[in-house]
Amino acid sequence: MSCSRILPRLLGLCLLQSPLVFAAAGEVHEFKLDNGLQLLVKEDHRAPIVTSQVWYKVGSSYETEGKTGLSHMLEHLMFKGTPSHPQGEFSRIMAANGATENAFTSQDYTAYFQNIANDRLETSFELEADRMRNLLLDEAEFKKERQVVAEERRSRTEDNPGGVLTEQFHAAAYQTNPYHNPVIGWMSDIQHYEIGDLKAWYAHWYAPNNATVVVAGDVDPKAVLELAKKHFGKLSPSEIKAPAVRPEVKQLGMKRILVKVPAKQPQLMMGYKAPVLKGSAPELLPDIYALELLAAVLDGGSSARLTKNLIRGQEVAVEVGAGYTGFERLETLFTFAGVPTQGHNLQDLEKAILGQIQAIKDKGVEQAELTRAKTLLRAAKVYERDSVFYQAMQLGTLVTLGLDWRLSDSYLKEIEKVTAEQVQAAAQKYLVEDQLTVALLEPQPLGANQCITEDQPHTGAIR
Amino acid sequence: MKSAVKKLSVCVLVFAFSPASWAIPQIEQWETANGARVLFVAAPEIPMVDVKVVFDAGSARDGEKPGLAALTNNLLDEGAGDKSADQMAESFENLGATVGHAADRDMATLSLRSLNDPSLLQPALENLALSYSQPRFDAEAFKRVQQQTLAQIEQAAQTPGSVAAHAFYRALYDKHPYASPVEGTTSSVTALTPEEIKTFHKHYYVAKNSVIAIVGALDKTQAEALANTLTKQLPMGEAASALPAPQDLTAPQTVHIQHPSTQTHVLLGQLGVSRHDPDYFPLYVGNYVLGGGGFVSRLLKQVREKRGLAYSAASYFAFQQVAGTFIASLQTRNDQTAQALEVAQGVLKDFVENGATEAELKAAKQHLIGGFPMKIDSNREILEYLAMIGFYHMPLDHLQNFTKKIDAVTLEQIKTAYQKRFHLDKFITLTVGNEESKAAVKSEAEKSGK
Repeated sequence: MSCSRILPRLLGLCLLQSPLVFAAAGEVHEFKLDNGLQLLVKEDHRAPIVTSQVWYKVGSSYETEGKTGLSHMLEHLMFKGTPSHPQGEFSRIMAANGATENAFTSQDYTAYFQNIANDRLETSFELEADRMRNLLLDEAEFKKERQVVAEERRSRTEDNPGGVLTEQFHAAAYQTNPYHNPVIGWMSDIQHYEIGDLKAWYAHWYAPNNATVVVAGDVDPKAVLELAKKHFGKLSPSEIKAPAVRPEVKQLGMKRILVKVPAKQPQLMMGYKAPVLKGSAPELLPDIYALELLAAVLDGGSSARLTKNLIRGQEVAVEVGAGYTGFERLETLFTFAGVPTQGHNLQDLEKAILGQIQAIKDKGVEQAELTRAKTLLRAAKVYERDSVFYQAMQLGTLVTLGLDWRLSDSYLKEIEKVTAEQVQAAAQKYLVEDQLTVALLEPQPLGANQCITEDQPHTGAIR
Repeated sequence: MKSAVKKLSVCVLVFAFSPASWAIPQIEQWETANGARVLFVAAPEIPMVDVKVVFDAGSARDGEKPGLAALTNNLLDEGAGDKSADQMAESFENLGATVGHAADRDMATLSLRSLNDPSLLQPALENLALSYSQPRFDAEAFKRVQQQTLAQIEQAAQTPGSVAAHAFYRALYDKHPYASPVEGTTSSVTALTPEEIKTFHKHYYVAKNSVIAIVGALDKTQAEALANTLTKQLPMGEAASALPAPQDLTAPQTVHIQHPSTQTHVLLGQLGVSRHDPDYFPLYVGNYVLGGGGFVSRLLKQVREKRGLAYSAASYFAFQQVAGTFIASLQTRNDQTAQALEVAQGVLKDFVENGATEAELKAAKQHLIGGFPMKIDSNREILEYLAMIGFYHMPLDHLQNFTKKIDAVTLEQIKTAYQKRFHLDKFITLTVGNEESKAAVKSEAEKSGK
């Protein structure tokens, strides 16, 4: 089991972001409590278990300069106790009930979950409802946890060349769009939070009318509603002000950055500005599904173009991938990432990727590859029914982005409609040089790495 | 509101796993005509099938050529029979099937997920069988995948966690086959040849050295046909011979590796035990208390919750064919290394000397028993259990008896098992970090030497 409050890696090398694919297996039951709390329940009776997730509409893209990472910091503090369940009790009670529990923060949301036996759902609701409004936010606990978050940042970013590259890449690609900032926050911001910042952030965003509870598993929707009323129903709503609107300024030409860090492996990241479903005009929606298919044609498996042509074929990359999802809150990127083979450099790899893009712009995609991409997406829709957690996660993501959860049902229909011409047109429209950002990781020496100093034998390394 | 907490604990006490409402999967096992062992669980709810083919062909079988097993496994999707790598990939993906392969120290596996529609499943299975029965190991593919492996080795060398893990195995296992990294080293992989790959494949990818795990919407007859499709082209061969038993360390080792990282990775450990060890359950339950139980474990409480010294701090056993590892690990800012090390060592020492408390044992049992349904709530997880049970020759009723065995563990058994197994005076103390952490480790070693 992971012992960490997790932070999903949103963009990276081996991520090769799979497009968000949606299932329509069990029926979804939707409820709204008087205080504004939204409840979605999806039945899956394969095993006597349930996943219970609380989603808040707040994440790093809601934050302001100087206070980046505040949502993630608050996520950590959500485990530090309330007056009725002091520090340590949440994890203790959940563990004693057999739950696997954790939380995750992204650019667009903060979510808490427990996977638990279905007869323990009430425990989950009771404790989640309690910490939705009654968090202690003790200063001493905060100061300790701030150090934990700093350690987390060191592990994920400072000591991880790919993590540094990704962070620098986003900071270069996005100028005013808050996706500019890392989800975990810049180190100097982390070190300068004050308890008041956290209290204000909690007061601002943590309320039933800014939350969605998603339950999936072996449950009766009506009984879940009753439980939700009992525990969440009594919480008072807040006035939630929308986050500041800060759209990306128009990019006026290609951007390139070099990232020099101690490393062994050169790496490349590229990204083109791309639209998302949220907030797009209706006539743009087909573009978004066409971009999802474009990503699948490029990187939807071992037979897709990038692996076939650049890893095999030209043998210019040892790793390469493309990623795009239209399911984010703000304007996003259609990305490429890769590591060149020893006989090639980053420039060769960049040229090869651009060549693949140009080929689609010029000649389009073949019917057979489009059919294959759709077949894989259709099959994936069946496969994902194996994970109750993932099904709940899709619903939570959609609602928290401000989208209709029914998109989970219509996704495949929209994908099926996309034609080869639309995929080609999407490449021509969006994968254009002026909207491109390129980041190159140029390895610097690791120093004395691998020089092992060994002191042995000693009598008793442990005192 | 205190009463709420009490009420919850009562609810836990009265909880007993109720078999009436839900059946723990019944495993069916048989052998194919040529000697492959098959484990099957029917899961009719979703129209799909998961298959895992496991060979006793992990890096423990590398011999003098570290990386041989992994490279062989990596080459299995690079073309077979009359199909090129491109054709192979297309034929899986045209069917909507996803495939994967992996190697660790014990196992080399191939896995397939497909819809259960026979017109999709059957060709996917035939394709999968072809990939490991008649791999081509073309020179061109060999060179390419060899390059990919070398890149992977470079990546590991820039990742302090991997540097630490590799050095730990090296220090612990010395001349034992578990000592080398699964993917090999730059020099060993560079020296490999396609002929060596072919010889390795011929020897180890045989029916009697394999286990087939199947979970999905099939009946027994269909599963039998499936297993035959997967194995009919395999020669019978022989099961791999038993691995040598690793030797316990005779003296403590303190190893520091310089790395330009902001954190020091600390690994403390020694030999663990095999899957078959009679102390498996006491060690497993004990480790939940010690460092396996996340936020309620002693290690995380002391290192993170009380002192804010690390993001993660945990301990675990790798249970393998022969004695695997016990490792307690944490990562902390370089200048805090001495303090974190002292805390972790204190936690270990106290646990080995005194064992768990009654309250801790109760909490551990509540979690492990109450959490059991979540361990087998998907086809994917059941498949992993089947592969493990089959490969390690565990009892077929392992899942049925799991909670009973957990419940039977006593404080005395935990204490005895840890005292018998743990030799803190011969531990490995391994750090990867900068100069500051090196100094910290030095002073630790000096203190302990007094």
